Amino acid sequence: MTQRIPIVEKILSANDRMAARNRDVLDGAKVYAINIMASPGAGKTSLILKTLEALHGRLRLGVIEGDLATSIDTEKAIAAGLPAVQINTGGECHLDAAMLADALPVLPLSELDLVIVENVGNLVCPANFQIGTHMNVLIASIPEGDDKPYKYPGMYRGVQALIINKIDLLPYVPFNMDYFRQGVEILNPGLVTFPVSAKTGEGMDAWADWLVTRVKSKK
Amino acid sequence: MHELAVTQSILDISLRHAQKVEAKRIVAINLVVGRFSSIVDDSVQFYWDMIAEGTIAQGAQLHFDRIPAEMKCLDCGHSFEPDDKTFACPECLSPKVRITKGEEFRVESIDVE
Repeated sequence: MTQRIPIVEKILSANDRMAARNRDVLDGAKVYAINIMASPGAGKTSLILKTLEALHGRLRLGVIEGDLATSIDTEKAIAAGLPAVQINTGGECHLDAAMLADALPVLPLSELDLVIVENVGNLVCPANFQIGTHMNVLIASIPEGDDKPYKYPGMYRGVQALIINKIDLLPYVPFNMDYFRQGVEILNPGLVTFPVSAKTGEGMDAWADWLVTRVKSKK
Repeated sequence: MHELAVTQSILDISLRHAQKVEAKRIVAINLVVGRFSSIVDDSVQFYWDMIAEGTIAQGAQLHFDRIPAEMKCLDCGHSFEPDDKTFACPECLSPKVRITKGEEFRVESIDVE
């Protein structure tokens, strides 16, 4: 005889539990961590490099690389004097909490203030998988187009800060900022937003200063 | 895509709950999946047939209860299903709307013998 057993359990609950454990590890070491997500080509790598530059001497930084296509590989970060770990995602489309759990102990957490995690370049999946960082950051970029919040609502729902990169291209690319921001506001009311150009450096100070404030408020 | 990891989670959750009631076999798994959850039913079914093999969930039917996206207008109270071009309220054109449905992603129940 068939019997129905009610369950009502989130499918990703095991990942969520692991993410909570990661958060405990970070909090125990008094380290703030951010999870940077974006589509391929949005400028994640150059933005992270510029952010590292802007924060140099203000915060003690560590880097976890999840994007296989990145150019800040472990060697480059170590050459810049930063502790860095490369996660081999084995071709997965996103980082998950278990991958971060493996990477965290490799960093000297007690000597760090901020860990920047670069997620896999993808606008679909990463936001569904919490990894335990304190903040998810999405980098949108002007050439991607102003319709991305409408096409990828999940990503815009799951972040606590939004960087709009490549604003130096605004004069050359059709991009309706009001339409873009309207979609963002509906999906994520009041989301803090930083229009920047990693290339020209415009807006980078505002982003870096805000990040320092967030990290220090956690101390 | 990440359907393999998702399918593994569905299997783990189902087996754990089936064990609790000492079920001999899982006949069906009932999933509730919102429109905003990035998941492809066919891929889950494909992986399911592979990874459930040899467990008491082998051959179980996967039922997907798909929940369409729903938004509610904060100005006029109208509820509607958005398209992917604009989220504004189709009644009063207000952009002040909020998501009310479509983010579900859970195992609702299992049918066991």
